[in-house]
Amino acid sequence: MPSSILESATDAPVATREARRARRLPLKVVVGGAVVAALVIVGVLSPWLAPHDPQYQALEAMLKPPEWLGGAHVLGTDNLGRDILSRIIYGARVSLLVAFAVVLISGAVGILLGAISGYFGGKVDFAIQKLVEVVWAFPALLLAITILAFLGQGLFNLILALVAQRWIQYCRVVRGQTLSLRDRDFVAATRALGAGSPRVIWRHILPNLLQISLVIGTFSMASAIISEASLSFLGLGVPPGIPSWGTMLADSRSYISTAWWLALFPGLAIFVTVLGINLLGDGVRDLLDPRLKRAMKH
Amino acid sequence: MPVLLLITLLVFVLLHAAPGDPASMLLGQENTAADLEQARRRWGLDQPILVQYFKFAAAAATGDLGKSFRFSRPVKEVIAERLPATCELAFFSILIALTLAIPLGVWSGARPNSWIDNVGTSFGLFGISMPNFWLGIMLILVCAGSFHILPSGGRSTYGVAGAPQTGFYFLDSLLDGNWAALKDAMLHVLLPALALGANMVGILMRVTRSSVLDADTEEYVITARAKGLGDRAVLWRHVFSNALIPIVTVAGLELGTLLSGSIIVETVFAWPGIGSLLITGVTSRDYPLVTGVVMMYTVAFVVINLIIDALYAVIDPRIRY
Repeated sequence: MPSSILESATDAPVATREARRARRLPLKVVVGGAVVAALVIVGVLSPWLAPHDPQYQALEAMLKPPEWLGGAHVLGTDNLGRDILSRIIYGARVSLLVAFAVVLISGAVGILLGAISGYFGGKVDFAIQKLVEVVWAFPALLLAITILAFLGQGLFNLILALVAQRWIQYCRVVRGQTLSLRDRDFVAATRALGAGSPRVIWRHILPNLLQISLVIGTFSMASAIISEASLSFLGLGVPPGIPSWGTMLADSRSYISTAWWLALFPGLAIFVTVLGINLLGDGVRDLLDPRLKRAMKH
Repeated sequence: MPVLLLITLLVFVLLHAAPGDPASMLLGQENTAADLEQARRRWGLDQPILVQYFKFAAAAATGDLGKSFRFSRPVKEVIAERLPATCELAFFSILIALTLAIPLGVWSGARPNSWIDNVGTSFGLFGISMPNFWLGIMLILVCAGSFHILPSGGRSTYGVAGAPQTGFYFLDSLLDGNWAALKDAMLHVLLPALALGANMVGILMRVTRSSVLDADTEEYVITARAKGLGDRAVLWRHVFSNALIPIVTVAGLELGTLLSGSIIVETVFAWPGIGSLLITGVTSRDYPLVTGVVMMYTVAFVVINLIIDALYAVIDPRIRY
């Protein structure tokens, strides 16, 4: 048998296998996506998934250990006899709501201001960039603490406090991208055809910024979840009545030596969620455009 | 400077426009209206916000940050007393972060897809995903609660440290030649520094790895190898030194995050620094104290960024200002 026929016979499946492998989603995206999907499902279906009422206080069953250590509840109970698993499941709602709200609002504000700043330049750009400079000078958590000291505890206030600094990331990156996009031929052609600035920004600039915004959004979601938990832990975020992972950890501090399960499980929930979102972010970044990796880095 | 003025104005207006009366909060409910009025007058709270702000800004320009409502002492004094604790904590966190992240990042970048790269990358991802306050609680649980090998909080064991001279316990114990105090301070700082530095380890490791990967394919590296230089020399003398700029940039930016993180880690470990002081100020509506601490943090952040800019020229002689 001629060698060329042999080669083509063995090469064909290899090529197909490689093509199939290239088409397959990266493991990071699959694992990260699964974690985010689980968070969404648990958050949305929490009333049906939680085995107990998260607020119900069974005072006769305070600080009971998890089921495998002889307790009656899967992950044990807290200092007021509330079921920890149910509170974690309901806590996913808060994390989900805060994360999505912060990403959507800060994304909308940051992308719009960044696009306007980069497209118009001049005084508009100067004013927006001065604002960016002032807010950028605050370490992130510090600004949120200051705002919450002003507004007081509450879910809406918490979202507002987190948005206050997060829009900058979008604004800075989008401004840079817009500066390079506004001089491209397709934008000039659209302008020559008589399109006004709002139309150019909305129809031609913004769609080109979606990829990079998606990547920033994914990482921003992870940091929003950690910040929400941190602020709730400090007693400045979610009000005590609402079960959240951060407040659960704050409550656990007095019982670290006697009831470790109070601190372990809510923290694990935050860690696994953030890890999943970061994996997804990494995967999406690599998948969409390898060049984005460099753009994000600089 | 204009940025700093805008920041102080923003903080001042935010805190002073907040609902809740600091006078009634600090004096308690049993005081008469006349007492409250007198307290407001004494602290200048009866004046319009802008008048209060200009008085504050004029005094701040001379180094006077006002008097703390809660501690009844000058804010500058209270901050100066707590600042060494935060600096000491930040220093050891950075030290831990650099010691772990740079070798791990360099080895991972030099051998992509090897076992060390997989370990390093996982370590980095874990670091950036770990909430530092939870890590702190877990460290207390394991090291202090279960194994009793390290203290769970505070800066020193009562009675071990000598009289404070500089406020930096490490320096004080060295100056005194008090080795027991030095060991005690080291044991106390280890857990909070680990908790605070974990995120920085993750981020720096990832940046170091990708910078080394980028630099590894440059022509000067190929030339160095072609000249017959050993792997180690190429890696540390050529690849690493050229990968330093992004590492220093990110390390500088992360210092700001580290300062933020110190607020929460100090709370977990009852560390008597300015982070826990800020939370005390916020909960007791101590305006001068909170404004002073926030100003301190932001000035530190701005100064760190300036130092980082200056460092570029040291690292890369091609950069001139």
